[in-house]
Amino acid sequence: MPWIDACSTSDIDEEDLIRWDHAGKTFAIYHSPDGEFFATAGLCTHENIHLCDGLVMGNLIECPKHNGQFDYRTGEAMRAPVCVNLKTFPVKVEGDRVFVEVA
Amino acid sequence: MSKRDYSLFGPDAKRAVESGLTAAEWYHTEVPRKVMKDLMARSDQPAIRDTIILYGSMVLFAGIGIALWPSWWSAPFWLAYGVLYGSASDSRWHECSHGTAFKTPWMNNWVYQIASFMIMRNSATWRWSHARHHSETYFVGRDPEIAVMRPPEVAKLILNFFGILDVIKFFPNLVQNALFGPTAAEKTFVPESEWGKVQKVAIVHLSIYLATIALAVWMGSILPLMVVGLPRMYGAWHHVMTGLLQHGGLADNVIDHRLNSRTVYMNPISRFIYWNMNYHVEHHMFPMVPYHALPRLHEVIKDDLPPPNTSIAQAFAEMWPAIKRQVMNEDYFIKRDLPPTAKPYREDFHHYVPGMMPPAAAE
Repeated sequence: MPWIDACSTSDIDEEDLIRWDHAGKTFAIYHSPDGEFFATAGLCTHENIHLCDGLVMGNLIECPKHNGQFDYRTGEAMRAPVCVNLKTFPVKVEGDRVFVEVA
Repeated sequence: MSKRDYSLFGPDAKRAVESGLTAAEWYHTEVPRKVMKDLMARSDQPAIRDTIILYGSMVLFAGIGIALWPSWWSAPFWLAYGVLYGSASDSRWHECSHGTAFKTPWMNNWVYQIASFMIMRNSATWRWSHARHHSETYFVGRDPEIAVMRPPEVAKLILNFFGILDVIKFFPNLVQNALFGPTAAEKTFVPESEWGKVQKVAIVHLSIYLATIALAVWMGSILPLMVVGLPRMYGAWHHVMTGLLQHGGLADNVIDHRLNSRTVYMNPISRFIYWNMNYHVEHHMFPMVPYHALPRLHEVIKDDLPPPNTSIAQAFAEMWPAIKRQVMNEDYFIKRDLPPTAKPYREDFHHYVPGMMPPAAAE
């Protein structure tokens, strides 16, 4: 699968996320408090709300509509009403660029 | 004039899905990301302070009530205790179900479980009903938490100021949940993986009520029920009063919370009991903002909202005549003017919803 140049490391504040759209799909890219980057599917598995307006707290992303939470490193659903895990995508950083391997 | 069917299995529920209403995107006021992040930030301190005040006051008032029982001098203390038990528990249940009251998850969960018991709601069921209420606020046949159904039954609304109908409905449901799990209607919004929890919570709640009743029988006094159970009735009036104002007399089947929700300026005591849910447009538009940050959110977005009602009395003066008009014309609703600084209401979608009122019915 190809690595796609998604954004600059400076595009995302620490402990925050941005929306990234590619090839008709939508993703969320995260900058963790530890300085690492992660990527997941962009829509909450509960009701297809985009996570980009949500709140990053440590390693969790909270959906802006119903406050469901995922661990964005693994995609694991952590708090109701989300029950289905979030799909995650490999990420690498080269220089100041963030690359996502999209499936 | 349309006739609304509030059944979760009825034709209005089906139409809301088929028309695309349930999939439509809600209107949101634009707020810069950095500002919103600041507003969404979680903190334990305000809720710990408020919880200590709440539970401390409850212990104090109940203690004095018990000490003075059965004298009528105990009545004011029961009334104070009752409002904290039967009304403040509603707002604690609400805010903790969102997980926003405290930063620490177990604190949210503990207060949520206690509040759910006091307000007589199954903590496993109602978490899901409230998620639906936020996704599909006042969509007829879809929202299981519509407080004022049309045409309104005014007598029922008044009876509920004393929790009468809620309590009458609660106990058969509790027994059914304890014996068989969620009802057919509850299964429409509670995922199957949670049905076991619904039953488990019901068994715990039922056991506490049975133990309280047994104690009352053994003592030959209703005193135990004055502490557990009855305050859900004699203290319900405040949460019903504020709860009716949330959406009463406003539009249904719309995708703009400025049309279906109401923000009301309130006195500090009511705001403590209600945990700032008087900023209800703000809460529905941005449910991730904790209760303690809602006044700040209000300042940020108020130029895009209808002017808030200036007091509980003024809000009732607006809402109650509308509810009475809805008795005769269930399509009637209040449509408030927006300030010149606001973006127009998102209304275009509404006209395509079968059963939705014609625009001429709005005022």
